[in-house]
Order: sequence, then structure tokens, then C-alpha cells
Amino acid sequence: MKESLGANGLILNEPLLWEKGKKGRSGFSLPRRDVESSPPGQGLTCEGPDLPDLSEIDVVRHYTRLSQWNFGVDTGMYPLGSCTMKYSPKTNEKQANLAGFAGAHPLLPAALSQGVLRMMFELQQYLAEITGMDAATLQPAAGAHGELTGMLLIHAFHKSRGERRSKIIVPDTAHGTNPASAALCGYSPVSVKSNNQGILSVEAIAEVMDKNTAGIMVTNPNTLGLYEENIHKIAETVHAKGGIVYCDGANMNAVMGVARMGENGVDVMHLNLHKTFSTPHGGGGPGSGPVCVKKELEPFLPVPRVMEENGIYRLSEDFPESVGRMQAFHGNVGVMIKAYSYIRSMGPKNLKKASQLAVLNANYIKERLKGTLHLAYDRPCMHECVFSDEYQTAHKITTIDMAKRLMDYGFHPPTVYFPLVVHGSIMIEPTETESKEDIDQFIEAFKTIANEAGSNPDLLHDAPKRCKVRRLDETTAARKPCLAG
Amino acid sequence: MRYLPHTSEEIASMLEVVGVDDLDSLFSTVPEECRFPADLDLPVPLTEWDLNAHMQAMANDMAVSPEYKVFVGAGSYEHFVPASVSYLLGRSEFVTSYTPYQPEMSQGTLQAIYEYQTLTARLLGMEIATASHYDGATALAESLLMAIRVTKRKRVAVSSLIHPLYRRVVHTYFEPTGYEVVELGYLENGVTDLTDLDNMEDLAALAVQSPNFFGCIEDFQAVGEKAHDRQALFIASFTEALSYGLLKNPGSQGADIACGEGQSMGIAQTFGGPALGMLASRKKYMRSLPGRLVGQTKDLDGKRGFVLTLATREQHIRREKATSNICTNNSLCALAAAMYMASVGGTGIRELARLNHDKAEYLKKELKSAGLAITFDNPTFNEFVVEFPAGFQAAYERLLEKKLVAGLPLAPYYPELANHYLLCVTETRSKEDMDSLVREVAS
Repeated sequence: MKESLGANGLILNEPLLWEKGKKGRSGFSLPRRDVESSPPGQGLTCEGPDLPDLSEIDVVRHYTRLSQWNFGVDTGMYPLGSCTMKYSPKTNEKQANLAGFAGAHPLLPAALSQGVLRMMFELQQYLAEITGMDAATLQPAAGAHGELTGMLLIHAFHKSRGERRSKIIVPDTAHGTNPASAALCGYSPVSVKSNNQGILSVEAIAEVMDKNTAGIMVTNPNTLGLYEENIHKIAETVHAKGGIVYCDGANMNAVMGVARMGENGVDVMHLNLHKTFSTPHGGGGPGSGPVCVKKELEPFLPVPRVMEENGIYRLSEDFPESVGRMQAFHGNVGVMIKAYSYIRSMGPKNLKKASQLAVLNANYIKERLKGTLHLAYDRPCMHECVFSDEYQTAHKITTIDMAKRLMDYGFHPPTVYFPLVVHGSIMIEPTETESKEDIDQFIEAFKTIANEAGSNPDLLHDAPKRCKVRRLDETTAARKPCLAG
Repeated sequence: MRYLPHTSEEIASMLEVVGVDDLDSLFSTVPEECRFPADLDLPVPLTEWDLNAHMQAMANDMAVSPEYKVFVGAGSYEHFVPASVSYLLGRSEFVTSYTPYQPEMSQGTLQAIYEYQTLTARLLGMEIATASHYDGATALAESLLMAIRVTKRKRVAVSSLIHPLYRRVVHTYFEPTGYEVVELGYLENGVTDLTDLDNMEDLAALAVQSPNFFGCIEDFQAVGEKAHDRQALFIASFTEALSYGLLKNPGSQGADIACGEGQSMGIAQTFGGPALGMLASRKKYMRSLPGRLVGQTKDLDGKRGFVLTLATREQHIRREKATSNICTNNSLCALAAAMYMASVGGTGIRELARLNHDKAEYLKKELKSAGLAITFDNPTFNEFVVEFPAGFQAAYERLLEKKLVAGLPLAPYYPELANHYLLCVTETRSKEDMDSLVREVAS
């Protein structure tokens, strides 16, 4: 085996911001005062906020040290299932920082914003093409925001036909945000179980679909990493009762150029630019969750919409049936620029290749680890595979112990305990940007850990040992919350 | 393609392990009728160098500072951002990590967000703040829904001087819920008219923005008392977080929730997003808060550390009964804000806020001397409303050609305010910029 990635580095301690600094220091070049002072009226002002005073180098060292306690895709393999932690190309960051984009005010006349409007218009077209849909909005800020947008579109669609439906079908293999997004829109989610193959059966849907059900929220490929093979028939069943098919497209990285949801019976879906289209996750955001729709839902899309006529771009509010605005301005434009750059750098063939290699990597891991870990569904998978800790429970080792031990070997753990349909689940999504040798090293690490589970389980119980901190007391954190210093 | 590391030999050996002949055969579980038989109709790939040229050409087709002098704020403000902040924010350990589900490997993000929560709470005079929301508008919508949960009442009152686009977002969120949103009018001096509240029963929340959309400073103390008389929550909304470097903060004036836009704290404007939804509250509402929270705790050795906490409020645990559906938030923007607040510091932020205020006062005074009417005589921060002569639209268009944007026309948002413009001055506008604006609009 190659030398392990795990090692002790030069990691420094660093206090909290307000435990540093001295009153009177500054890390900011205060702009020249070229007007006279004119203090506001009495009673309007305060002492000023209690923020620490720090020098520029205080701040630079603080955040440099903090950054070294973090692990990112640029550090190493980050196989979080359903999160698509692929490499985020550096040129995309550069494009988003171009002064013409970064300095743009959102409310100037369209004639002064042609460049960014063109980028948005073309990105909408690319996303519609990739999904096989008719139109797109870029306004939603994240995946869950896209789901909410989709639910609002479905609500507006039924309302326009004089209907108010109260339920929506959400399978047990859907993403965790789905029920909450549906509830925000007043729908009560109806849970449907996947079958023994890990996918939805037409019968299970037919049983619950009725005229009071607005539609279905299906994640395809689902959170078991499996393609919903019956999606066509399921869509027919839902449509027959006047329902709408929503697809959570968070897992689109599996099928770019291979399958288009528009041709799979889907009426509305969201994409995560921060998953499939390589924009970085930023430690939890900002993301971007565009929503693509079929013609019948287009009148309800959020406003303003980006329009084009003879090469001139403008924003239009002229859609009386629109659900309204999802954000104050036009969405997370900085994220859109990165996704646009990605699509333009990749082109159609490489996007398809990316999906093929993502699926190859996942199946390779599945095959090579399935003797070591219990494989929940032994079938060809898409972009991720789901194992469990069933083989390790005899040694009193659980999923979390193996996850923590992976850190000592220099890998970020996979998604754990999700999806809920598999007890003690370990959900691995390598993405296409991991090379075979990195994946081999990850597999070897997991095999070593499985051996340690039998020979020296305390190594796992005590893990991680090489991070800045050891396991943290999350129970006390929640019982006696300390949320500010 | 440089982002795809596989050689053809590696692909062949991996296919063998999987037991299929070629890449297409990996998709055997995708039924034939679900397959896309053609090639995607997308542009052919660009090299890195061609992409640079293509993107630069589009970026050039934009009107931005310093070439353009833009006197527009209205929720997106041009402020100087220190190079140190942009540089630190680009560190890929922060940029390429996920939501910190595995705290031992994410202490950098977690401590930084804990610090952001603390600095934000201090700026707003509140006890606690969330880890971030998408923008000021969605933070307001979520705050109003939170007030409905807390009070178990179904009606909210919202000032018509809250940013018009924020109110649009509130209506979008509220449309399917059946909850009622009542809009309150405004008085001649440019502040919210609270008289309609006198006959209003069963109010969950009263939301008022200060400085409001006209730039005027509202009497938060009085607003809070009105809300509390009705056992409603007082929600203080804002679009310009920097104003609290100088003005009394929401918490000191009785706000139960403070929510708004944090873009001014070191975040690029980027055509309006990504931005930063700040949301803070009193501690007693902690378990009703939407969104993520970072808390302090200890590790097995008793060492200080940080974790995501109170997750039982959240979508992945509570499912449809969660306090919000938010999952991915705007974490990196929160990090930018913390870095900015740390760089500017307590002393600096007060000076900077004062400079914004004083510059806006200078422009106001000069416009007055040039014979223009300042519509509302209420005190303002860095924005105010001016009335230009009838037919000013043509002059406005001419000024655009001279690369000068003379404010935001208010008529599309407030039809009664024809010829009225909202002007904004930050520290980025020099005296010369302002003098030339006055010369142009007065001529």
C-alpha cells in the first residue's frame, strides 16, 4: 500500500477574534474625508458596535490558521454522497471576479447590464437543453429554494385551474429537504416506500395518487444512487389524475447527456449548480438552484425573466400569472457565472463523459468494497453507492466510528446515516474528478479500517486522532447552547 | 479535458472490475425509452484562454465603477473591500469544503461562523444570530413566518417603506399559506404611518425597515412599543447593515428579531447575488429560529471546539415540521462579512459609517442649494429622495451616456412619486463626483 495521506501537520492554535487585538488597531484603510463633519441629530446614534480592533496581519493570520483546520476538495477526496463534491475549476473563480460582473448593480437600466444578462440568458438555454425542458429560471438561491419554487409553481398551476390540492407524494428515497419545502407551500407530504429493488413501483404510486394530490417529488437518480426505472409509468399515473411530476435534480451528475428528465415525463425540476456544475460549496453555500419547466408551467415562473430580442437583452416583469420573486434581485449571479464557465469549458461531449466517469468511479468502489462493507442493494448504481455497517456491528463498530477513522487516513468521510431507508448507511459519491489512484487509496484505507474494526476496535472508537480536535460533545452543545461569545 | 483525470488504460481496467464492456453499458438500468439518443446541443468547448476572452468581452459590456459613477443603493451598496478580505476569502480550504457535518475536519468554517454569529449579534444589538440566509428579502420572509410560529397568530403588518422587492418576496412566500400580510402606509415626512395598527387584532408581527427605503431613519423605539402593546413581535428590517455602525441598533430599541441584508459587509455586488441574509433574535426564540446555528462545545480532551447545533429544528431531522426548508445557505458570504467586520473593527466601522452619512449630507445640501427639493425632511443615513423637475427622464438618459447614474427612479415602485429619485452616497463617492453630479442635474 502507498504511504497513507494521514499525517500530523504544523497546525497552530488560534483564539477567537475578540480574544485578540487592541483598541485603536485597524486593518482598514479609511477613505479620505473630503467633506465636513455633520453629526446626525441627538438621540439617533449609539456608541458604535462592540467589534474588536485588529491589525491587517492579525486578521490575515487568524483566517489563515482557521483555514488550515478545514478540509476541502482541494485538500483531498471528499466523497459525500448526494453532495457531488467534484473539483471546482479555478478559472471559474477568476471569471466571477471580473470587475464588470463583481461590481454590477442589480437595478441599473438593462442597456448598462447587457453582459450579465446575456450570460444569464444563455445559461438558461444550456440548462433547458441539458434537462430536455422548455424554460428555466435562475432565481432560486439553493437546492431547497429551487424545491420551494417548484412547489409554488405547482400550487399556481392548480390554482389557475380553480383547484386547491392538499397533498404531495414524497418517496422514502427523496432528499431530506423535500418534505419541508412542500410543507412551506401548505402541502402535506405522503410518504411512499421504495420496493425491494430500492426504486419506486408504479403500483405504490397508483395506490396513493388521487385528485387531492398535487403531484410527486421524485429524486432521480434517487438517494440510493439508483435510477428510477419506472419513472415513465409513474409520470403517466400522476398525470392521469391531474398531478405534476417534480424531479429533485440534485443527482443530475449521473446522467448528463445520457437521460433528460424532460423526456422521462418530468414537468418541473431543479438543478444544483453547486453540485452538477462544479461551483464550490463554500463551507455551506452560496449555491444556486435553477428550476427548469415544461411549457405548461412556464407562465408561472418567477419574475423578472431574462428576455432576448435581436441580440438585445432585457428583464421582463410582464407575466401576470407569475408566482412572484424568490429573492430581492436576480439570484446568485456570482455562482451562475462559474457554472456558465464550466459548461463552456466542458462542451457537450465532456459533460457526458463526466457523468460516465462519475458512474464508473461509483461502480468501481461498489465492486471493490462490497466484500468489506455490506452493500444495501447489489445492483448497478449510478453516481453513488450505499453501504451499511452490518458486517461491523459484531465488533461493536458503527458507521460513525469508521467515518471518524477515515479522517486519520486523510479522507473526508462519506455521507453517513442517510438515506434513512438503510440502517447505518454509508453513502459514497466519488465524482468523476477523482483519479483511479486516489480512489484505490480510499478503498485501501476503508479495508484497513474494516480490519482494525476486528483487531483493534479502540482505534476506531477513539478516532479521529489527527484532526485539530477530537470527537466533540454535541449533546451538551444542544442542551446548553452557546451560540455567541 | 483537464478536469477528467482518467487515462484510457485506467478506464479499461476499471470497467473490467465492474464487469461491463464499455462506458455506455454502465447505464443498463436506465430503460431504453428514458435514454437521450442524440448529442446535447451546446457550444463546443473553449480553451482556458478562449474562455478568458469570451468572459472578458461580456464583462466589458457592463457599467461599473470606477468608469461609471453610480449613485444608486436601494439594497445593493458599493463599498470598498480590503484586498486582505478578498484574498483570505479565496482560500480554498474555506471555498471547497461542504456544510460542516463532520466537525473535526471543519473547525475552520465552524469557528469562523461562530465568530460571524457573534459579530452580527453585536452589530445588531441582539443576543444570537443564525449562520446566514440567502438575502435580506428571504430573511424577512422567514422572520415573519417565525413570528407566526411563535405567536400562533396568522396576520402580519409590514411597512410600505420596507424595500419593495423584499415585500414582493414576502408575498411570494405567503401566497399559498393563507396567512395575511397587511401593508402600512407612510407619512409626509417619509416614515411609516402606524395609525392603522390601532384597530388591528391578532397580529403576529410588525415589521419596519430603518433606514427605510426612502433612506429615512424610523423611530424603532416607538414601533417596538406599538408592536408589544399588541403582543406582536417587532421585526426590525434593514438593507444597509453599515448604518448600525453609527445609528442605534435594533436590539437597543426593543426588536425581537432583526433581519436584513449584509452585502455591505465586504461582499461584491455581483448584480445582486450572492448576498447575505442576516437574521438575529432574542435568545428566548432560539428554538424557533430558521436555518443553521453553530455552537461552542468541548472535545474529549476538554478542548474548545464548535459544532452545528439545535438540528432538531431543521429539515433533515424534523422533516415537514421543520422551522424552515433551508439547507445550503450563504456561508461563504457570512465568512466575508466576519472578515470585513474584523478588518474594519469597532473604531473603524463607526468612522466609516459617519463618513457615509456626512457625504450624503453634503450632497443633500448641495442639491438644495442648487434649488432641488429634498422630499422628506426626516434624518437619513446614506440615501435620500430628491425631486427633479418634471421631464427629468430625458436628462437622466443623457447622463447615462456621460457614465453618471443619477439615482433610482421611484415611480415604478411608488407611482405617486413621479420625478422622485433615490440617491445613494457611500465612501466610494468623492466630493468631486458629487459636485459634478450637482452641476449636471442643475444644468
